[in-house]
Amino acid sequence: MSWTDSFKRSSLTLAGGLAMVGLLPASQAFAAASINKGDTAWMLMATALVVLMTIPGLALFYGGLVRSKNVLSVLMQVTVVFSLLAILWVLYGYSLAFTNGNAFIGGFSKAFLSGVNISTMAATFSKETYIPEMVYVIFQLTFAAITPALIVGAFAERMKFRAVILFMVIWFTFAYLPMAHMVWWWAGPDAFTLSPENIEAVKAAVGETAAADFLAKLAAATDDAAKAVVLGDYASAVNAANGWLFNKGAIDFAGGAVVHINAGVAGLVCAIMLGKRIGLGKEAMAPHNLTMTLVGTGLLMFGWFGFNAGSNLEANGLTGLVILNTILGAAAACLAWCFGEWLTRGHASLLGAASGLVAGLVAITPACGWVGPMAAIVIGGIGGIICLFAVMWLKAKFGYDDALDVFGVHGVGGIVGALLTGVFVNPALGGMGVTDYLATDTATKLLDYVFSAQMTAQVYSVIVAAGLSAVVSVIALLICKATVGLRVEDQDERQGLDISSHGERAYS
Amino acid sequence: MKYIVAIIKPFKLEEVREALGALGVQGITVTEVKGHGRQRGHTEFYRGAEYAVSFVPKVKIEVAVDSNLADRVIEAIQIAAQTGQIGDGKIFMLPLELAVRVRTGETGSAAL
Repeated sequence: MSWTDSFKRSSLTLAGGLAMVGLLPASQAFAAASINKGDTAWMLMATALVVLMTIPGLALFYGGLVRSKNVLSVLMQVTVVFSLLAILWVLYGYSLAFTNGNAFIGGFSKAFLSGVNISTMAATFSKETYIPEMVYVIFQLTFAAITPALIVGAFAERMKFRAVILFMVIWFTFAYLPMAHMVWWWAGPDAFTLSPENIEAVKAAVGETAAADFLAKLAAATDDAAKAVVLGDYASAVNAANGWLFNKGAIDFAGGAVVHINAGVAGLVCAIMLGKRIGLGKEAMAPHNLTMTLVGTGLLMFGWFGFNAGSNLEANGLTGLVILNTILGAAAACLAWCFGEWLTRGHASLLGAASGLVAGLVAITPACGWVGPMAAIVIGGIGGIICLFAVMWLKAKFGYDDALDVFGVHGVGGIVGALLTGVFVNPALGGMGVTDYLATDTATKLLDYVFSAQMTAQVYSVIVAAGLSAVVSVIALLICKATVGLRVEDQDERQGLDISSHGERAYS
Repeated sequence: MKYIVAIIKPFKLEEVREALGALGVQGITVTEVKGHGRQRGHTEFYRGAEYAVSFVPKVKIEVAVDSNLADRVIEAIQIAAQTGQIGDGKIFMLPLELAVRVRTGETGSAAL
């Protein structure tokens, strides 16, 4: 998806040379790939916003929800997990997620950011429009860092700090990275342009020998039909390196499957395998500071604009629509949650309003760039009600202690969002329609929307995300249990993790 | 001398203090406490979790007074702290054997 600036120079030289010897009509001149400064400025901004989402947004959201004796342990886990994943991301994470490998995982060609420098470029969704690869690396770093941090809420107030660290390393490597690769990795729009001027992109997509082979075949093709066959074969070769779910046609704008279902299911597995907190159901475990939780919610929402709208990789009208959809989804879910609480409990609570906002943000995440504003309201409203149901009744029925409702909000909200994306992307319902990124001509060509085909792809992405995350989580927890142990001692849990795990307390 | 302990609703504290001041009571000790009598607690909901809060926040006031003032002090507290609703509280009177002013060493009523 990116290559060095030598591409720009060599393609210009090549184009110039060919034009001089008369092989290339001027009308076919290939516009050299270049960095768009407006897009770059926006992406730098969006990246900073996503950092704010984790520290302090998510940390404060979770911190307010636990008892005062455990608030620092939650802030600490979120902060350290963020830092750990930032390092792992540049060591091998970026390479395994965003380079050619196979359909399920990338390769090690960019491990330690090998070959990435201030001149290399990353493709966006528009032809001949690029952002610096450095910016893309750090934007994706923030996603890789917040996703594992989300899981912290499920095992809050009882897990050993050492086990948290070990679990995160394993889960990130074997659950997050394959999902990111399967859903998001593709060659970029310019890779599909088979022409001598675009040789660097062609080589990057299919390899040096195949590139020469395809170009020779194209040159040998005399009529349009023969050319179309070559171009079709070439497109298939490029697509062969794409992520598995990307090729299935699953659409996930900002990470419903990769981030929220992935983290939510991991949270559910953690909650079940760690067991309940001591005293659950007997002692009061009310949130110790809901003011802090609302401050965290606000910072999460603010950062989410960068998360969702930054996923467009460009600054344009669609970016504006994404931010609007993000606000509307959150607002609708907030109202839906409050209404549901009022109906069932007689009161609308602040915690309900804050939970609704987050549930709406989760549900709209996969949909935000694919649906219209009215659909965003519907997705948020449905997401809010179903998450409320999951948190209030599903958890009680099955009796798992998902302390801060990671599964109820992120897992369930992510599944609702992923499925409804497949419904409301339909242009007849105000959606954007499905862009055919795999077409030979990728100039925003729309596929015919077919409900069953799109929903099949969405269901695939939900099942793969949930299945992979569950299996990896179980194995990771078994490894933790066999090595460092999972839970703190009973007396340490009673005393609170702030003192027993970290030797400090929040309030004195 | 008598030692009077009253458990009252927190928002009635200022009215009780004024009433006791009008009677010439010099000193009062106030503690924020929790407890329950016949007044029921309340229920709190946090997402799916429901907690019964059995202990209600109250204020405990303690005053030491001369025996001849005791009945009027109790009456003043009872009137000032009353709302007529359940949960208004209780007043207890205990005999007080000795009082000492730390600064001067005075004892008995002179120390109050």
